[in-house]
Amino acid sequence: MLHVARLARLEIPEDQIEHVQAELGAILEAVGKVSELDLEGVEPTSHPLDLVNVWGEDEPRPSLPREDALANAPDPADGAFRVPAVGS
Amino acid sequence: MPEWEPVIGLEIHVQLKTRTKMFCRCENVWGEEENTRTCPTCLAHPGTLPVANKTAIEWAIKLGLALDCEIAPRALFHRKHYFYPDLPKGYQISQYDIPLASGGRFALPTAEGDREIGIFRAHLEEDAAKTIHVGGAAGRIAGAEYSLVDFNRGGTPLVEVVSEPDVRSPDEARRFLQLLRRTVVELGISDAEMEKGSLRCDANVSLREVGESGFRTKTELKNMNSFKFVADGIAAELERQKEVYESGGEVVQETLHYDPSTGSVAPLRSKEYADDYRYFPEPDLVPVEPPAGMVEAARAEIGELPAARIRRLEAEVGFDLAEGLVSGGRDRLFEEVPGDRRAVANVLMNQFAALSIDPAQVNPAELGKLIAARETIPRATFDEALAASGNGDFSAERYLGEATISDASELDPVIARVIAANEAQVASFKAGKEGVLGYLVGQVMRETQGKANPKVVNERLREKLSS
Amino acid sequence: MGVIDTLRLTAEAAAGLLERKEVSGQELTRAHMEAIDERDGELHAYLHVVGESGAGVPIAHKDLVTTKGIPTTAGSKILEGYVPVFDSTVAARCKDAGLPILGKTNMDEFAMGSSTENSAYGPSHNPWDPERVPGGSSGGSAAAVAGGLAPWALGSDTGGSIKQPASLCGLVGLRPTYGTVSRYGIVAFASSLDQIGPITKTVRDCARLYEVIAGRDHCDSTTVDLPEPVRIPTGENLEGIRIGVPKELNEAEGIEPGVSEQVQKAIALAGELGAEVGETALPRSVDYGLACYYLVAPAEASSNLARYDGVRYGHRAAGDGDLTALYERTRWEGFGAEPKRRILIGTYALSAGYYEAYYGQAQKVRTMIAQEHAAAFEQFDLLVSPTSPTVAFKIGEKAENPLAMYLSDLLTIPSNMAGLPGLSIPCGLSEGLPVGLQLIGPQFSENLLFRAGHALERALGFDFVPERLRHA
Ligand SMILES: [Mg+2]
Ligand SMILES: [Zn+2]
Repeated sequence: MLHVARLARLEIPEDQIEHVQAELGAILEAVGKVSELDLEGVEPTSHPLDLVNVWGEDEPRPSLPREDALANAPDPADGAFRVPAVGS
Repeated sequence: MPEWEPVIGLEIHVQLKTRTKMFCRCENVWGEEENTRTCPTCLAHPGTLPVANKTAIEWAIKLGLALDCEIAPRALFHRKHYFYPDLPKGYQISQYDIPLASGGRFALPTAEGDREIGIFRAHLEEDAAKTIHVGGAAGRIAGAEYSLVDFNRGGTPLVEVVSEPDVRSPDEARRFLQLLRRTVVELGISDAEMEKGSLRCDANVSLREVGESGFRTKTELKNMNSFKFVADGIAAELERQKEVYESGGEVVQETLHYDPSTGSVAPLRSKEYADDYRYFPEPDLVPVEPPAGMVEAARAEIGELPAARIRRLEAEVGFDLAEGLVSGGRDRLFEEVPGDRRAVANVLMNQFAALSIDPAQVNPAELGKLIAARETIPRATFDEALAASGNGDFSAERYLGEATISDASELDPVIARVIAANEAQVASFKAGKEGVLGYLVGQVMRETQGKANPKVVNERLREKLSS
Repeated sequence: MGVIDTLRLTAEAAAGLLERKEVSGQELTRAHMEAIDERDGELHAYLHVVGESGAGVPIAHKDLVTTKGIPTTAGSKILEGYVPVFDSTVAARCKDAGLPILGKTNMDEFAMGSSTENSAYGPSHNPWDPERVPGGSSGGSAAAVAGGLAPWALGSDTGGSIKQPASLCGLVGLRPTYGTVSRYGIVAFASSLDQIGPITKTVRDCARLYEVIAGRDHCDSTTVDLPEPVRIPTGENLEGIRIGVPKELNEAEGIEPGVSEQVQKAIALAGELGAEVGETALPRSVDYGLACYYLVAPAEASSNLARYDGVRYGHRAAGDGDLTALYERTRWEGFGAEPKRRILIGTYALSAGYYEAYYGQAQKVRTMIAQEHAAAFEQFDLLVSPTSPTVAFKIGEKAENPLAMYLSDLLTIPSNMAGLPGLSIPCGLSEGLPVGLQLIGPQFSENLLFRAGHALERALGFDFVPERLRHA
């Protein structure tokens, strides 16, 4: 569970781990119901419509002005998005 | 000591030079101001959706065909998840179990015939953005104070070519990569420049004893951003693994970083948890079922491939010159320049190559005249002419005018001076050291500012020395 | 004309007033702004009031509809202060149709919920009884329309988030056929299920708004053109329409007797209007639909919500530490309990070793559900059932029990998993609270849904103005 939380980049505070674990346990048990069905050979549906070959022509459209690209940035710097040093 | 056999597979990322990005229509350009080629989609704003670039799909098919791959009748895009600032969506749109192209082969010509390198797959994906590490040791991750992210590159179309572990030496890896580069450049789908990062190469490296079947643990080698570094890095890693085995140790699976400055490999800081990319089919895109027309059109655009041309030219000028001409991109010019094949090949691979003139700018007929005359005009003049051969208005004529001094009466005094001034060399020649003659010829050429006819000087010198 | 009664005013009537120049766009907007001042304190339907006026009938957008220059939070703290630099396709189409924006409506965070209690900005209240929920996740849109704070509104439906709140607030709600309305600029929850649709006072309003937003969009690769133009319904009978009553959807445990009663009456009425009514079955769709949905939707959500990392927009946790720490704190602080729950479930369902048993299997169940519906549509043109097993429940009643809350969508989920369109219309009251009738059709059968919905609406004569607000 903590591995899953790490994969999802969610830091579960110590005092909540038990609660969260219990809740997820219950939900996973409920949804586990799907495994009761024998669907050998049934095709999985990843899409309600079976469309194919939808694409766009390789013709440029205007990009955003840099001010707009950075307008919502929590920490813009030197025309870029600043983040803490990676894993230092 | 056992005899070791290298087992090498390459993972090559080729940036496509389409006009726009893979999943949005931002301009796909290099070297612009940071974050001036972005839109809500390539910044992964909420609710934005990808729209696949048709040309990128066509080009990936073209490359797949050039690599002798099967083109999938129905290919899917998948989401590959991991968190990193250069990956705005938290996932990369890539391909997983059904790539556009797979099961190909690349025939790598060698002096002893073709070496066949299997192509496991070639798939389409989007490139990550650029992260600049500030502070710490010059742009290196380690010790950086903070990082800046530039999304201009984010979303550039990439074809990832994965070879089978069929490569058997660092040099073979280098030559495979060079010829693959030549192939994509000639297909017109990428400028494939390693220094720009539009061609990137990782290597999976392992060793086994000659005759041993199956594979041993491999390591993944990254950050080899030149052809030389690819060869050097793999060589260094092979050496490291050899030492590990011969000192009774075991190679562990890890990702290594090649440091050209020290010529050594070191593990990348190992992540504190295992990767789990959680691939699943990208629900915002629909499957690609390449129409026959699209595949045939792509096939029709593929000309004679570099490997084939090397084999054709090999007959005329031998393998080394043939490979040099082709991977250097000078073979088309070679075929257009009239005259003695070896002479033309030699000039193109040596003096001409050194001048870094764009072969496309050269008038073959004029260059042919110049090369034909290179024995009879002063070397200085020849070099000067060659240097000018890239100019649009270049004509060999005005250089050919300058005759060389072939008149013995003019040359003999000079030759006499040289013989007098070089007693030692003269002695060793008489003692049978043939090689010295070249030196003496060179002296005469210098005395005449390269105007003397080397053939005549040669004859006269021999005559004088043997008298 | 005199004072405009925004509670009674349908979009169609408002359009008439504007066309006949009996009221100006400004007057129409002012009337709704006054209603908002009067009642939104109690209902909390809006997260952000804009009050634009223009040539057309003003509209309210669920706060996951991206609107250029207007805050869009999807009911989440992680998007607090986010001001989009672009318009979603539906917002642009409404703009092009001249529909000014009244405001952005409250919702369960990232559309994850059935009551709007999961909004990071507090719950909305049901205009029929402010102690009760308006349903969700599009509860703000439903409360706004039922409370006379907007003539019509857009909602989004993943597991039932348009149909269920429409039902609980006595309104008409359409969940369109997947792929007929663009998702470009709709804050994503579950990409293969999300659809935008109208919440309105009448079926004709619903058809009019659907006409504005529907159709192929080059920014959304999963959209298609409508096979036929939208027809604004006029007919009053159901001649020639075969209506199937799926046993499992109508007899599921948890359906309140009062709800069943009203739905039965409506079905009987359909017969009187000339429909051919018969029983049919969806043997496993209802039993397994919920489990299937709560794997597929969280899996896709865990992926769609990965972009909220505090790098390019939205909330970023304070304090220093390395990047991983920043991500983990930002996301734990920024997301509420329900999104976190679903991100964890979804991440688990996609992770190595579990994919086949969970996500993979759920996708196969989805195929099975689609096949069962296809089979039912071999004998019937439409299927009917209650929209929600219950009428509006009390705020707080289910907040502590996620699984109980999930049951609110029991009856809407199966057809959603199959990508089918569904229309909810009010069909009566139980305990003084609205009951919704769900009409389900084959893909692209919206015109048939409108025709049937309109005829039933006329015959039922339901008054969409909440009793407590009438002649007030
Ligand atoms: Mg790759
Ligand atoms: Zn872009």
